[in-house]
Amino acid sequence: MPVPIASTLGILGDNLRKRRSALPLGRRKVTAWTRGLDLPRGGTTVLYTGQMWQMVPAINAMSRQLGRYEKRDSSRLFGFARSMNRLVNLTPFLARTTPGERRAYDERLRNIARLLRAAGVEFGYLYEKDLYTGALAYDEGLDRVFTEHAQFVYRTLKEAGVKRLITVDPHTTNMLRSVYPKVVPGYDLKVQSYLEVLAERKLAPLAKLGETVALHDSCVYARYEGVLEPPRELLAAGGVTLAQPELSGKLTFCCGGPLETLFPGKSSEIARRRVEQLSAGSPNIVTACPLCLANLSRAAPPGVEVRDISEYLSRAYLPGGSVPPLARHEPGPVDRGTPGPPHAAPGDRIGQVVAP
Amino acid sequence: MRVDPEFLAQVRMAGDFDARLCMNCGTCTALCPLGVELLPRHLFRYALLGNREKVLGSAETIFSCLLCRMCEANCPAGVHIAENVRALRTVVNREVHGLAEA
Repeated sequence: MPVPIASTLGILGDNLRKRRSALPLGRRKVTAWTRGLDLPRGGTTVLYTGQMWQMVPAINAMSRQLGRYEKRDSSRLFGFARSMNRLVNLTPFLARTTPGERRAYDERLRNIARLLRAAGVEFGYLYEKDLYTGALAYDEGLDRVFTEHAQFVYRTLKEAGVKRLITVDPHTTNMLRSVYPKVVPGYDLKVQSYLEVLAERKLAPLAKLGETVALHDSCVYARYEGVLEPPRELLAAGGVTLAQPELSGKLTFCCGGPLETLFPGKSSEIARRRVEQLSAGSPNIVTACPLCLANLSRAAPPGVEVRDISEYLSRAYLPGGSVPPLARHEPGPVDRGTPGPPHAAPGDRIGQVVAP
Repeated sequence: MRVDPEFLAQVRMAGDFDARLCMNCGTCTALCPLGVELLPRHLFRYALLGNREKVLGSAETIFSCLLCRMCEANCPAGVHIAENVRALRTVVNREVHGLAEA
């Protein structure tokens, strides 16, 4: 039995229509990552996060909650939650996040901004106008509310004078580059992922890392947007060797993330299978999507580390680029069966994968 | 099996549903990370036949698709499978989930 689908999608649609986000975070949480970076406001080229990285701690918290409702009939409770959420934004109550978790994800955005600067890219940021694209509503077939939202986002971007967007995750890239043109008449924005921008600029590495990793291609980058070479080129130039599993590139295997909301059990089962495939190549797994990162991290057994590609790129391409590792996921009251203890001692059981 | 000729028209209008090229080879089902027999070819067959009850009764399966396109990347007939599943979601949202306004 999944989480009640109709009410959950109802909440998603209501949130997007009323609060312009799937999980409305509030302005401070959306823009906290920019602190101290002095990013100019607006401009013709902007770094556009679509709030995806900022949303991940809330998604993690929410999925810990939702896991409880998967195995019993909760349709009345969810119907009630939908009515309540129309009046009061329930996200801050249901998806409680810690400052530490938020800072860890924000740090990935800060690294990406620093990398773009190092590559000589001039860009601004839209701050409170850096809106969520509505990707989840589109995927779940809430077309009316999605189309309305996409047109609102486009108007906002045009009013701000934006011509070119640099995106930082595959879902936002796909929405703005391939889906918006289908639902927004006259759409004319140029969209590139930061990985494409960095690869194009041929940014020179400052260090050769000499490490071996297994790169997990996100389905959306690999099969929707054809972003396959940029992450490979950037890692290779930074001295990172790829130990790829059979299912990679165009044939990559999903991380399970898309099912996180409605079918948390199935989602973590798929994540476990993917971690197993990847860690057969190397216990150091690299992702290029915040949702893949969150989902695979949760399924990783001790000794297997999942990191975002920006962490490797920062160490290779930025001066003093060493960044603190992302805190491992703290299991909430409901642990959906991640094998082993949540904290691994460094070097503990490297290369071994605990079968689910 | 009851066939409703208007149902397919309704599905087509909902989104960009087109599974006419599907030759039922089963590559998609074999590759699906979920391993659900109904996904996606049986489902498409029911939609093409206008079997309203079968399609609308499969809401859970329709929403369990990852939209990962593993099937699509390997489909010998070039069917845009993920977009078809998304189109079926819009129909289910309207007809089953009471989300007409969404």
